[in-house]
Amino acid sequence: MASPEASIPASVQKPMGAQGRAAAPGGARSGAGEGGLAGSLRDAALAAFLAGVLGFFFIGLRADIAPGGLDLRARWGAWIVSILVVFVGRLALNLFVFRTSKPVTKTIGARLTGLSDAVPGLGKWLTRALLVFALVLPFVVTTFFSSRDRQIIDLAILIMTYVMLGWGLNIVVGLAGLLDLGYVAFYAVGAYSFALLATHFEFIGFWTALPLAGLLAAMWGIILGFPVLRLRGDYLAIVTLAFGEIIRVVLLNWYEFTGGPNGISGIPKPTFFGLELSRGDDGMAAFFGFEYDPIQRFIYLYYIILLLALITNLVTIRLRKLPIGRAWEAMREDEIACRSLGINTRNTKLTAFAIGAMFGGFAGSFFATRQGFISPESFTFLESAIILAIVVLGGLGSQIGVVVAAVVMIGGMELLRNLDFLTYIFGPDFDPVRYRMLIFGLAMVFIMVWKPRGLVATREPSAVLKEKKRIGADMVAQGEGH
Amino acid sequence: MTTEPKLSAGAATPRWQADPILSVERLTMRFGGLVAVGDVSFDVGRGDITALIGPNGAGKTTVFNCVTGFYKPTEGRIVMRHGAGRQDETVRQLTDSGLRWKKEGDSGVFLLERMPDYEIASKARVARTFQNIRLFGGMTVLENLLVAQHNPLVVASGFTFGGILGLPSYRKSEREAIDKAVYWLERTQLVDRADDPAADLPYGAQRRLEIARAMCTDPHLLCLDEPAAGLNPRESADLNALLKFIRDEHKTSVLLIEHDMGVVMEISDHIIVLDYGVKISDGDAESVKTDPKVIAAYLGVEEEEDIDVPEVLEDVVETIGEVAVGSLQPDAKGENRGGDK
Repeated sequence: MASPEASIPASVQKPMGAQGRAAAPGGARSGAGEGGLAGSLRDAALAAFLAGVLGFFFIGLRADIAPGGLDLRARWGAWIVSILVVFVGRLALNLFVFRTSKPVTKTIGARLTGLSDAVPGLGKWLTRALLVFALVLPFVVTTFFSSRDRQIIDLAILIMTYVMLGWGLNIVVGLAGLLDLGYVAFYAVGAYSFALLATHFEFIGFWTALPLAGLLAAMWGIILGFPVLRLRGDYLAIVTLAFGEIIRVVLLNWYEFTGGPNGISGIPKPTFFGLELSRGDDGMAAFFGFEYDPIQRFIYLYYIILLLALITNLVTIRLRKLPIGRAWEAMREDEIACRSLGINTRNTKLTAFAIGAMFGGFAGSFFATRQGFISPESFTFLESAIILAIVVLGGLGSQIGVVVAAVVMIGGMELLRNLDFLTYIFGPDFDPVRYRMLIFGLAMVFIMVWKPRGLVATREPSAVLKEKKRIGADMVAQGEGH
Repeated sequence: MTTEPKLSAGAATPRWQADPILSVERLTMRFGGLVAVGDVSFDVGRGDITALIGPNGAGKTTVFNCVTGFYKPTEGRIVMRHGAGRQDETVRQLTDSGLRWKKEGDSGVFLLERMPDYEIASKARVARTFQNIRLFGGMTVLENLLVAQHNPLVVASGFTFGGILGLPSYRKSEREAIDKAVYWLERTQLVDRADDPAADLPYGAQRRLEIARAMCTDPHLLCLDEPAAGLNPRESADLNALLKFIRDEHKTSVLLIEHDMGVVMEISDHIIVLDYGVKISDGDAESVKTDPKVIAAYLGVEEEEDIDVPEVLEDVVETIGEVAVGSLQPDAKGENRGGDK
């Protein structure tokens, strides 16, 4: 963070340079302001014309199925509105972003950078505030939102699961720089390990199965690691992607063992030191003598995943300061230099895969116990993609970034389900759920344009001699497959 | 093929043959049909600064990559020795046994052509730098030096388990590792920049950092691939001082590839000249710079042809380096004139 200017993403600065060249002749003719405005209008008119041409068939005409063929209907209103939207939007972009000496995006970027510079401990305090918030969340929810408490805590559990998965994948992708598109495979291994162990052996409960599931997932991490040791870049990504699919397809087709598409049901709930969270006389509520409420089970699940996620985070933070974590980051920077320093890169890669997979396995067994039912459908490529998106969006290697990205992505997606107010604007036919993924995709595109290296793009050094200086993203290598 | 080493001191065996730390024996490296290095043998003396020189494409970096395990040589043996003496008997037994190395106390013999690159660095203790600098750019200078101490630190962290639990023994070792890093940062005048990312350093500082990082692995032999490339005269002089310090104070042998004859002639105890993958000269600085084969190689003249054009001779003198000016010019001229008569 040398100066606010230096940290503006290059993508924002680029249009300015282009504008500088384009506006120079116009400015020489008729003064900078006028030439800019006229040019902007011309450009916006051109964009509107193009929108009109393209939109004529897509928006202006509508074909409905009618008796005896298709019924063609013109929708001139919608067509003209879309042309106007394009014209105004393009004009606004021209005036405030593309063709001005002070683009709005740049000002906002500079303000935000200035904010984080002005408050040096911002990240630290944000972390603490989030931790406290996470700890008291169930009480806040049950007290203030008691009508929807179950829904909100359920959502919090879901977000926390993705936070944990993101932190686990962050070890592989963010620290070791190995692009893993099949992370969901370890999530599946963890879930199925617990489900199969618990349904086949009565004495195995959640807490016994958890370490076993982690170990099995770590073993599968090593099994995946061996074939991809020598692979780089795109090839690494493709093989890990294939691995994720192989696991899912095996789970789907090995009917005798995994139940195939029927999945496994009747997975036991976690107990509290042997006490079940149920209404019965041997339940926890009866034992401690307080009234039973179904929400207690959700709160308990929430604290379990919070604990697991915090363990993942603490271990990762510790690992970063240990030789193994530094070797991961060094491997991401330059693998050949690592070998010249006597670091066995094969073992280092395998440990990264194994530890990342282990946390995926923990999260998987939690998922199994929460759902009570699992099937291969829960472990599709989309899950891998979402977890990877959380890591990339948060900023590779950044722990707090993953949290923010998980809240934005998972919470945001759920929030979009509840956009009832939009029906007042667009009429009662409008179903916001249908546009959920569209809005979500647009938001991702915007974030990636604005912050191409993720929300938290700076790297914190793992060892400090005198003064801790954060390292800008342009210095840090991204590793294989990016 | 290979010439006999020119002996500066009459018939006495040179130091590097009596007590070599590294012996490259009949090394051949082929890439398909191209023979990059053909049947090259040389010794690197313990405690010497040995320079490997030659025109571009002579195979110097290939030899380097073979020694440090980044290439597997097509033929030949590369012996690294810890402890004094040639240990010929152990070397022969080891070669026949099929093992990679043998270590007894402080002495040990390592057959580098059989070992993977990371073992050459960690077990045989050969450290290297790269022609195009390879630092961990996104990590701080200090972190770069801590990564170099990976292997002892992994043991100290109880193979990570002790470290995760936060055992005090690991914290102590980490402090020692930082002390060692600071020691080398002071030696390379980088201590003020310890917390800056390595990619932020200027070029000369990056070169020094790479040497500091290599030295943090406690090497017995330090291999430097063009350490003076791109340095200004002042920085070159500092480099000379640093390399002498490494040799004299740390008893680390140095093998370097270098084009800057000022550096080579001033600090080298022993020079090996390669051309077209073949060794053409081997000896101390004095004998190498008067060797007609070397002069011919640098100028591209036929081997046996005499140099009697004064302008060409001046070029020769310039190529071999300013350092040599005083000694070479009258001497070489005299020799050549003598030849003419």
